[in-house]
Amino acid sequence: MTTGIALQIGQTLLALVLAPMLMGWVNVCRAWLQGRVAPPLLQPYYNLRKLFHKDAVLAHDATRLFRFAPYIIFACMVLAAGIVPTLANDLPFSPAADVIALVGLFALARVFQALAALDIGTAFGSLGARREMLIAFLAEPALLMVFFTASLISQSTELPHIVDRLAHQEFALYPSLAFAAVAFWMVSTAENARIPVDNPTTHLELTMIHEAMVLEYSARHLAMIEWAVALKLFTYSTLGIALFLPWGIAPAGDLNALPLALLALALKLAIGGAALALLETVNAKMRLFRAPEFLGTAFLLAVLGMLTHFLLEV
Amino acid sequence: MEMYWLLGLPLAGGITLAFWGHRAHAPEINAAFSLATLIAAGWLTAHIVAEGPVLIGGDGWFYIDAFNVFLVALTAFVAFTTALFSRPYMRIEQAHGRVNAARLRLYHASYQLFIGTMLLALTTNNMGILWVAMEAATLTTVLLVSLYRTPAALEAAWKYFILCGVGIALALFGTILLYFAAEQVLGAGGGALSWTHLNAVKTRLEPVVLQLAFVFLLVGYGTKVGLVPLHSWLPDAHGEGPTPISAVLSGLLLNVALYAVMRSKVLVDGALGGASLAGALMMGFGLLSVLVAALLIRRQTDVKRMFAYSSIEHMGLITFAFGMGGMVASFAALLHMTVHSLTKSAIFYAVGHATQKAGTQVMEDIRGLIKTNPTIGWGLILGTIAILGVPPFGVFASEFLIITTTMHQHPWATPVLLTALGVAFAAMFGRVQPMVFGETTLPRLPHQPALLPVFVHLALVLMLGLFIPGYLAHWYRQAACLLGG
Amino acid sequence: MSLTYHLQVVNLLAALLLLIAFAMLSQRRIVGLITLFAWQGAALATSTAIVAWSTGQHHLYYSAALTLGLKVVLVPWYFFRLIRQLDVDREVEPMINIPTTMLIGIILVIFAFNLALPISQMAGTVTRSTLGIALASVLLAFLMMITRSKAIPQVIGFLAMENGLFFAATSATYGMPLVVELGVALDVLVAVFVLGIFFFHIRETFDSMDLKHMERLREK
Repeated sequence: MTTGIALQIGQTLLALVLAPMLMGWVNVCRAWLQGRVAPPLLQPYYNLRKLFHKDAVLAHDATRLFRFAPYIIFACMVLAAGIVPTLANDLPFSPAADVIALVGLFALARVFQALAALDIGTAFGSLGARREMLIAFLAEPALLMVFFTASLISQSTELPHIVDRLAHQEFALYPSLAFAAVAFWMVSTAENARIPVDNPTTHLELTMIHEAMVLEYSARHLAMIEWAVALKLFTYSTLGIALFLPWGIAPAGDLNALPLALLALALKLAIGGAALALLETVNAKMRLFRAPEFLGTAFLLAVLGMLTHFLLEV
Repeated sequence: MEMYWLLGLPLAGGITLAFWGHRAHAPEINAAFSLATLIAAGWLTAHIVAEGPVLIGGDGWFYIDAFNVFLVALTAFVAFTTALFSRPYMRIEQAHGRVNAARLRLYHASYQLFIGTMLLALTTNNMGILWVAMEAATLTTVLLVSLYRTPAALEAAWKYFILCGVGIALALFGTILLYFAAEQVLGAGGGALSWTHLNAVKTRLEPVVLQLAFVFLLVGYGTKVGLVPLHSWLPDAHGEGPTPISAVLSGLLLNVALYAVMRSKVLVDGALGGASLAGALMMGFGLLSVLVAALLIRRQTDVKRMFAYSSIEHMGLITFAFGMGGMVASFAALLHMTVHSLTKSAIFYAVGHATQKAGTQVMEDIRGLIKTNPTIGWGLILGTIAILGVPPFGVFASEFLIITTTMHQHPWATPVLLTALGVAFAAMFGRVQPMVFGETTLPRLPHQPALLPVFVHLALVLMLGLFIPGYLAHWYRQAACLLGG
Repeated sequence: MSLTYHLQVVNLLAALLLLIAFAMLSQRRIVGLITLFAWQGAALATSTAIVAWSTGQHHLYYSAALTLGLKVVLVPWYFFRLIRQLDVDREVEPMINIPTTMLIGIILVIFAFNLALPISQMAGTVTRSTLGIALASVLLAFLMMITRSKAIPQVIGFLAMENGLFFAATSATYGMPLVVELGVALDVLVAVFVLGIFFFHIRETFDSMDLKHMERLREK
């Protein structure tokens, strides 16, 4: 139990520390692929340090909500990161927080983000908030369907059980997970504001979604949000790993497997980040009005995965 | 031996005409090959009549019994007369510049191959090969329907290909299901799709699977029969293709498709033990086709389309009769198949000449054929009277039999059939009568077209109406027995 | 449930087949469609070969080779050539309402799964559970044919339907008798070439491969 709690805390801290690095790695890969000179791998850390040292500027009519929102968002993401098994499968808190709670945490963070954006009453803020809610409204059911498909196999919505079933018992191929994986990739691009749904580097009013909501933030508030964004990407990446590529995660109670698990995680994240960068390079951002179609497809794929499960795997 | 001649001749004809089809004598070569095929068919028929059903070929590749030998003979005969008809007809089309030499070559080669695929479909013992042959029959006629390359002809051909292609794909699924059911009784391998093997064990086939298989087969092959609501390709293909092709599509292809349905029905009836879903489905589709086609005939302005709808109506009637089952109904259906083929092809020959002379297919623009061209006029009006079921033509006999059987077995359907036949009668007679006897200012044509095939066909139909020769009746009875007696 | 690994691979390929069927449904570009069709053929050939290997049904090897040669190599190559000659290789089909189409697709899949369930329970083959997927691919290809208005996508839909049927034959009965499969393959080949010729005729007459021009023969 104590090792479990230690592992739980350790994993959460690891996520906190590694998340900006993953972001940096994606940026580096993207720069390489686009033939640009890459920024340093640790650039996100420099950015965070710089932002923490600056003085915060607040809008005149910003309420307390606006000031607290970054902390709430950050807290949500930290909690979310703690739910996903990254290194060891030994998470004592998991009965309290399964994948559905995870979706709930993401939703909570999103609601505060949108409220804060509406709070100051600028045009961009409300525009971004509305777009964000549209995307979220479509992405959430799809995400839930993906989780249901994955949980059908292990008969549990708790991530450690899912990982255990996939990685630590007899190896089997699950066609339904193939569908779920594609759907999951589509949802994650939308949820993390990546291409082709959103572009994290643009500040073009016609297209930006996420960036429009955080325009008014500065200094430590912005730092918290940026960190939360990195954490969200990290959580989604580890979630994808846990659901679809869980091999390497240490089984419960096996501390000797931890170094290997760390290595496996680093490798998987590196490959995953590079793949994300590649996909962002070859794809173009789609028009906002195509997003419902994109996410609808993700939802249908997840449903298909579930149907396939009943046909082929029962 | 004659079996190989029967299939080899059209194939050889197709290959020969693929090289020679554009030469001056191609129509004669075409007719000669058709004649040779007819002789082979006659030879085979004589053989079967004398010796009863036979399996031919190494593993029993071909199976000829009373049912298909009668269709083989009919197919070879109508194919030959159509080749005779198409000889002058296509020459005039070429002279009018509607087709060029290259297209004539395509036409002749495809014609022979088309006849070959139909004969293969009729004679094969393997339900899988039957499917292959039916699909091949579609493919050989797609380019024939679009021969004139007008936008309408291309559209008709495309519709024909897509609808029949989809239909036939459903039939393939039905065939797979059939094989699936058969495999459990007969074991894997080519033998499991042999109709004779299946027929021998039909009572042991899994009824649920066979029912499902039949639904797919009926919908699939039914598309080619032209059953409503899958009929929409049929009027287009008949209306826009060259008339000889309309004649063989109507007179032969629809029969062959129905033949495929019937072969499947025998198996399903066996598996389900007597009266079954198969019969009910066929009756339903048949009745719907008769009714809808009769109502649509009224709205036609194009003469070839009108007769195409009449074909749907008659195929519906035949399907309905086969669906009722029983000795008399099957006998009547077989007779109706024969007389419909002969009459409808005769009508298309006459219509072909009439539209060619008039330069249009619109009925209102064709008037007074009896004055300008008495032979065509008489051919058309006699053919129409025959197809409408006026005694003493054979169509009357078969329709009379079908309706009396309906009164016996399914009285509720009688008024529907009678209404439909009445509507069709009024509509078609009302259209054709002015075409033949109406006022015209055109002078009498200097020469008469050779319409021997028309009158030969009509004479045969007349004969079948007055009396059916003993051996032919015996033959029908055998076939009817096989199908549902 | 203890399926051996190669059968799990077959199941995975079956799922892939279905996935490709959906991708085809939503693919607007002709080039992408042909590529997807080739991939579908490849998945089909691979799964057929694996079934042949794991069950010892040697005639399935021929079937797999036939699929590979015809549907992965020959037909896509021919189509690529054709679209270059017809100059439609950049053509994009304006399709509205992909989500609705996909939704109908899902309904078709559920329908197919239900329809196939009683049959697959009767089947003695190890691959029987994929029958539902095969039927679903057939219906999806059918749906694709209905929703497209251009000639080449319709034909690809037709061929994808044939793919689904082959897969159905493999999963329900370990394939049809060889002579039938050869016959079907021959028909497919002839169909593709006949349609190739036909495309040029359409092009010549309509100056376009869009079948929306074909509206002359509507029933009045």
